[in-house]
Amino acid sequence: MSDVVEKTLTALPSLLSLDSHSGATKLSSTSKLGNLIRGITELTSKHEEEKLVQRELVSIKEQVSSPNTSMRQMKELMVRAIYCEMLGYETSFSYIHAIKLAQQGTALEKRVGYLAVSLFLNESHELLLLLVNTVLKDLQSTNLIEVCMALTVVGQMFPKDMIPAILPLVEEKLNHPKEIIRRKAVLALYKFYLIAPNQVQHIHNKFRKALCDKDPGVMAASLHIYLQMIQDNPEGYKDLTASFVTILKQVVGGKLPMDFNYHSVPAPWLQIQLLRILSFLGKNDQSSSEIIYEVLDESLRRAEINHNITYAILYECVKCIYTIHPKSELLEKAAKCIGNFVLSPKMNLKYLGLKALTYVVQQDPKLALQHQMTIIECLDHPDLIIKRETLELLFRITNAQNVTVIVEKMLEFLRVNKDDYTTIDLVGKVAELAEKYAPDNEWFIETMSTVFSVGGDVMQPDIPNSFLKLLSEGFDSVEEDRKLRLFAVDSYVSLLQGEPGKLPQRFLQVISWVLGEYSYLSEELEAATVLRLLAKLLDMKSTSSETKSWVLVAMTKLCEGGAGVSVAQEVCETYSSSLDTVLRQRAQELQHLSQDCELRARVLPRDAGLEPLEVDSSLSFLDGFVSEALAAGAAPYKPPHQRQEELAQSKALSLEPYGLSLPISMSSCSIADRQSPTLLSVSSGLSGDSPDLSHKGGSTTLKLDGVKRVWGREGYLSQREPVEESAHVEVPSPLRSPSQQGEAESSHSQTPATTPTPQPEQEKQQLASSLFVGLGSHSSVCLMGKSEPTTQRFRRKAKGPVSPSAASEQISNSLVSTPSTANDLLCNNLLDSSVTSELSVSSPEQTSQLSQGPAAANGTCDVELTDGDVKESSPSLVGGNSVVAADPAPHEDPDRPEGLCLNTHLPAELSGLCHSEITPLCSNQSLDLSACHVQKEDSLALVVFIYNSSDSDIQQILLELDSDELEVSCVCDSAVQGARSHSVAVCQYSLTVKRPSVHVEVVGMVSYQFPVGTPQSVQFSYKLPLTGFIRPLTVSTEEYGTMWLDFSHDTKQKLTLISDGQEPLADTLNVLKKKLQLHVVEIIGMEGIVACRLLRDQPCLMHCRLHAGTLSVWLRSPVPDLPDCLMYHCQRALQEH
Amino acid sequence: MRFMLLFSRQGKLRLQKWYTATAERDKKKMVRELMQIVLARKPKMCSFLEWRDLKIVYKRYASLYFCCAIEEQDNELITLEVIHRFVELLDKYFGSVCELDIIFNFEKAYFILDEFLMGGEIQDTSKKSVLKAIEQADLLQEEDESPRSVLEEMGLA
Repeated sequence: MSDVVEKTLTALPSLLSLDSHSGATKLSSTSKLGNLIRGITELTSKHEEEKLVQRELVSIKEQVSSPNTSMRQMKELMVRAIYCEMLGYETSFSYIHAIKLAQQGTALEKRVGYLAVSLFLNESHELLLLLVNTVLKDLQSTNLIEVCMALTVVGQMFPKDMIPAILPLVEEKLNHPKEIIRRKAVLALYKFYLIAPNQVQHIHNKFRKALCDKDPGVMAASLHIYLQMIQDNPEGYKDLTASFVTILKQVVGGKLPMDFNYHSVPAPWLQIQLLRILSFLGKNDQSSSEIIYEVLDESLRRAEINHNITYAILYECVKCIYTIHPKSELLEKAAKCIGNFVLSPKMNLKYLGLKALTYVVQQDPKLALQHQMTIIECLDHPDLIIKRETLELLFRITNAQNVTVIVEKMLEFLRVNKDDYTTIDLVGKVAELAEKYAPDNEWFIETMSTVFSVGGDVMQPDIPNSFLKLLSEGFDSVEEDRKLRLFAVDSYVSLLQGEPGKLPQRFLQVISWVLGEYSYLSEELEAATVLRLLAKLLDMKSTSSETKSWVLVAMTKLCEGGAGVSVAQEVCETYSSSLDTVLRQRAQELQHLSQDCELRARVLPRDAGLEPLEVDSSLSFLDGFVSEALAAGAAPYKPPHQRQEELAQSKALSLEPYGLSLPISMSSCSIADRQSPTLLSVSSGLSGDSPDLSHKGGSTTLKLDGVKRVWGREGYLSQREPVEESAHVEVPSPLRSPSQQGEAESSHSQTPATTPTPQPEQEKQQLASSLFVGLGSHSSVCLMGKSEPTTQRFRRKAKGPVSPSAASEQISNSLVSTPSTANDLLCNNLLDSSVTSELSVSSPEQTSQLSQGPAAANGTCDVELTDGDVKESSPSLVGGNSVVAADPAPHEDPDRPEGLCLNTHLPAELSGLCHSEITPLCSNQSLDLSACHVQKEDSLALVVFIYNSSDSDIQQILLELDSDELEVSCVCDSAVQGARSHSVAVCQYSLTVKRPSVHVEVVGMVSYQFPVGTPQSVQFSYKLPLTGFIRPLTVSTEEYGTMWLDFSHDTKQKLTLISDGQEPLADTLNVLKKKLQLHVVEIIGMEGIVACRLLRDQPCLMHCRLHAGTLSVWLRSPVPDLPDCLMYHCQRALQEH
Repeated sequence: MRFMLLFSRQGKLRLQKWYTATAERDKKKMVRELMQIVLARKPKMCSFLEWRDLKIVYKRYASLYFCCAIEEQDNELITLEVIHRFVELLDKYFGSVCELDIIFNFEKAYFILDEFLMGGEIQDTSKKSVLKAIEQADLLQEEDESPRSVLEEMGLA
């Protein structure tokens, strides 16, 4: 760095008259900024500050827009503006001037200009486009400081769409003689990779060069990119494993210049980055992991100094060891490390130790057992963060035996917790545990009641939903169902008799539904009593109108008998004149149904929760009514926003008459919610301010995935759990009988076996024994969350022959009966395999590799290649003082096919059509994949070229494509079987759009096999814009008119007009026509109508109008999202023009 | 790293650097919320927090809190050292730094930060080379400034 700037400086004259830099510090404190800051600190009230800053802003605003302000003054003004913005005041007027300063100032003013820009704007801000030219200019500057500034701002933020404009210049900088420039260029490219990975795909080879840079700083910078790329696609970089290991070895061995040391630890940032990369490479890959073991061991050994930074490295090592293919020695060391962390008096280490335990405990439950006393202490820790992490850990080790204690602890925490985010998370976890492991009805209902009261209105809506579903679906035992429901009814009645005003709305909704459905089960409970309790809810001020409608529905189900009807009548009177239409409707229903018992029995049959309900979402039953109304001259229905827009545009050419508002959607589902509580609760999710709306909203299905329900149709867990228990029922809690504990705990000093202990200690131990029961014994493995698949298998086996009705007898028997041999075998097997491959339980691939032996793991050619690399570069590694990465030798095949010759491989039927550029997708040592797309009339053809660059023929090429947005079908005659050495195989696919999106992506995998060797595979992705699927739609103006009315999805936006010609509207539409293949139907004065379709039959219509120098565009289509996507492309097309 | 904040014990923001695009309104809300949480914590407590979907690492130096938001997979301990190295850099540059230095010369503090972290990632870990880069650019600035500033003061007066 030093000589960079030195050179720049020598180029400047008058270098001698420099002030010392402390002078600069003094100077600014007497400046205007200084005055401002002092002024603010002297003030006492927020109000005064506001006044002062506003005055300041007015003066800044005046000066920045004055033409007489010099750039030097501008710089000073910008600093003040930054300060005001930091105080939280609006300074958007200065943004444009910040850009101007960066553009026009000299190097020093530029620096402030760029700083202001990077603080004011973010990469999606439109003003940033104005900065592109400045950056371009500065990147080409001969002044290195200017180049540095430009690269810095690019690394901070840059508009995605403009990356191609500066990419070549940034790339060029990778070869710059100065390391600081190379380093910044690498980081700028990293930023590009993050925001637009496709843009930098072609320069992967240059990244490899950066990785081998002679300056360790540049090499370290390139690791950011590699970490990201390897995370996205570990398979593509396995050949670099040995290189990364070599680098890490050198770093750990202290081969770097002293400059890189941090508190006498060599380059810790670099070490941690490398460890993270290695853990991605070694994950689920035994052969790569084997390369890594040694250096991990060394890192662990070297990191001995008692300093925060070495703990950071140790922690990363531990994470890596538990991520890659397991090795027992390393696991032992890692476990010891975690132990040290957990036992450390330093809070930070204790926290991380707990966190590590949380991850590890699923693979190694014994580790939690070793530290049980510490965990117990942490459970009562004054720091909530530690407490919270401990609960997380306990959540992972919950089983049927300790569930009550753990849930109790979680609820305790919830009652004092204030943070919504944590509440939502924990409440979900408690609900999950309760469903999974509930020991009995009472406990379950009570726990869920606490969940509902504490979780209140912030919890996920699926918690009450799945609870109600569970109640209504019931289990196999009718008697058990009845008991559970009855208990729920009883406990809710007593809650309502207490202080219902304190209960959250969601809970009240649950209560009213349950009472409405099941209060008939209770013999001593009269319907009228329940009705009165419910009516009381209606009178409470705090009850929301949504809850009221739940209550009214519940009342409708209950109103029978004289007393009941009279309560109902009273309520009806109040609400049948309510301003809320939904409430009014419910009241009407209540009124009618309470008077007509027969009808009520038919509409709301008792206990009908299980029958599936068909919802006619198209409201077809209203068709008759609608057509009648239309025939009688009524206007077609339009959504409200559309009507407003039309009102605003009343002077424009009106294509349709005004709409009439009918509350059709309200009345349509009136009867529906008796059977589906979800219907209402979904709307409750929308009206409440649940933070998770984005992914919950809109769907009416119950979200039960991920929650393993034990209270399902097959019966309770409590009926099955004892069956499992039978395997370890003789092993009581580990604390009480140390002699029976596993080997791991016996060495643990904290296990007080026989020594008498003081009272509080004993309490803790009791807690420990209740918390850690079921861990560490044989069967515990099956109880752990991670091995759930096995748990299920286990269960099915145990339960298989038992009929549901006999299940209850099974409980009592199994407690005393000896475990079946089948269970024993299963347990043993599980334990055996967990010794060798604890980490790979979930991957069948891995286990097959295991059995084949290590050599067969990743193909032999791979291993050879990396070996060779290491040999090649090893001399220089020892000689130089700086790190030189083992040259990974980018595979530049001399005979790699050029785009031109791939053209000739295009299928004959496509050769006449225009095709996109052939872009390389990915390559490895044996295959090069490229692809292009061809626009056909009714579809888009994707052509994939597979070039075999190896010297042997490849057999059994299998290409699989998949996409979220597209329908992919193989053009049948193009299935590829094999590719001869150095030849090209071509696959052709036909793509149609399933779900429109601005860009659509196809991901694919090629698996192939050499005559000798194991199957291999390469993954790739291909992204293309939606425009490839757009075709012109030829319609007449009349047809357009009728279609327009039918389409329901629309979007509007103002677009920039191309106004360089005589006829801006026509010019603009022509550009759109040319670029997006739209069909211009007609241009009438200031308006134009345009039509297109998405492939075969998905039309999209566009209506545009000149308005105040812009083009207001209105897009409509029957396909959701299509208008939005098309709008985006229109905007792009016009911008690019 | 998602963002870095510096604020005083009184809850005054001293420096903010955002590495991912965030709307102005959200920024304000997040800053306010975080300050409240961090300022309420006691000295002996753990320096890490889980907040929304982020991990927060904070450390107090004299009257200033340094606070970083990192992602789930990032290393908390090394982030503490990032903060520490930044403090070391400030300390070396200003010569035993205090809050006032940062208040009055916040743009300098930003320059140092930009030379140390780029786009949220560590750019240069060597204290020497970061400070060299900054000081050279500063020299350039002063050399240019000093002759003119007198004239300007007069012109304005």
